[in-house]
Amino acid sequence: MKAKHQRLVLVLLALAALFGAVLLAIYALRNQASYFYLPEQMEASPPAVGQAVRLGGMVAPGSLETLSDGITVTFTVTGREDSAVPVRYTGILPDLFVEGSGVVAEGRLDAGGTFIADNLLAKHDENYVPRELEGMSEHQAAKMAEDTTVGLE
Amino acid sequence: MHGFANPKRFLALAGWLTPLLLVSGLVLTAGALVWGFTQVPPDRLMGETVRILFIHVPTAWLGMGGWTAIAVSSLVFLVWRHPLAAIAARGAAVPGLVFTLICLATGSIWGRPTWGTWWVWDGRLTSMLVLAFLYVAYIALGQAAEREGVSARIPAIFGLLGAINIPIINRSVVWWNSLHQPPSITMGKSAIDGIFLMPLMVAVIGFSLIFGGVVLARMRALLADIQAEARLRRRAMEAD
Repeated sequence: MKAKHQRLVLVLLALAALFGAVLLAIYALRNQASYFYLPEQMEASPPAVGQAVRLGGMVAPGSLETLSDGITVTFTVTGREDSAVPVRYTGILPDLFVEGSGVVAEGRLDAGGTFIADNLLAKHDENYVPRELEGMSEHQAAKMAEDTTVGLE
Repeated sequence: MHGFANPKRFLALAGWLTPLLLVSGLVLTAGALVWGFTQVPPDRLMGETVRILFIHVPTAWLGMGGWTAIAVSSLVFLVWRHPLAAIAARGAAVPGLVFTLICLATGSIWGRPTWGTWWVWDGRLTSMLVLAFLYVAYIALGQAAEREGVSARIPAIFGLLGAINIPIINRSVVWWNSLHQPPSITMGKSAIDGIFLMPLMVAVIGFSLIFGGVVLARMRALLADIQAEARLRRRAMEAD
């Protein structure tokens, strides 16, 4: 075996060992390194009442309500499964905060199971769509253009 | 491949390739940015801030690509002992750091209006910041190897070890819940509408050409440095 082949084998073995070790570490970290709890994770293993945690998920459509003081809102955060955590927040909402969109709430659970948020972060999804085509197929878009121009002439 | 490992032949090639890459890259990038900033409609949720995409994504990819280049060159240097491979690895470090910093800065500026925060310690943002620190350490090690007589194998080994961060950055939004969204562009499909995707791809090509041009320019500068130092040493020996 030539010297350079020996070096190649040695380097590759070292790299394989390193990658294996790091992968094991990441596997062990997979829950600790998450930025927030999903609602189903929070229901399955609830954090202690008053402990500072983050809750992330989707703002359930139709659940957003503004209380009578005008700056407190309540809504429900849903996850991948049909689990839901009620949230209460007092303060200014971020621009991207809308029903049916992602949110990360920083705060803590109260004794009644409601999540009291001190801070809200809007989560963007991976989709980038121009405003005009939102939720439309090309066929629908063409039909809309037709509908809105009909009778104009 | 052995032919290009000859520094003389490399210098002849890099002499005309460097300006070609830089000029074509600047033209393509400028075109893509003008296109993206003036001709593309706003995003349905983010509005006008979606235009940061055309800088943020190419610089993020090239920040990671720079370290991949360092790792591959370091492997070639360690196994086959081509001196030019060590030069190539060092040449990719400074542009890689600059692109990583641009990615972090534009991401932070983008995060304020969309997420409502400049910075969070989620998996993606943290691992990208670690990449920037790795670049700084690598550059310092490379300079130490040249000036203080540290073996060039030390930065090469560090370049290989640091590569473990690249798959972590890439997978961070899949393995862990993060504020950063999951990847929009994966093998063979894209969640980015064509109207944004076209200028983005042109910007990626443009930024990549600039990156390549800067790496070649850095390599020529490093080679000239080594030559000048060797010449000085020879002259000092003759004077003795």
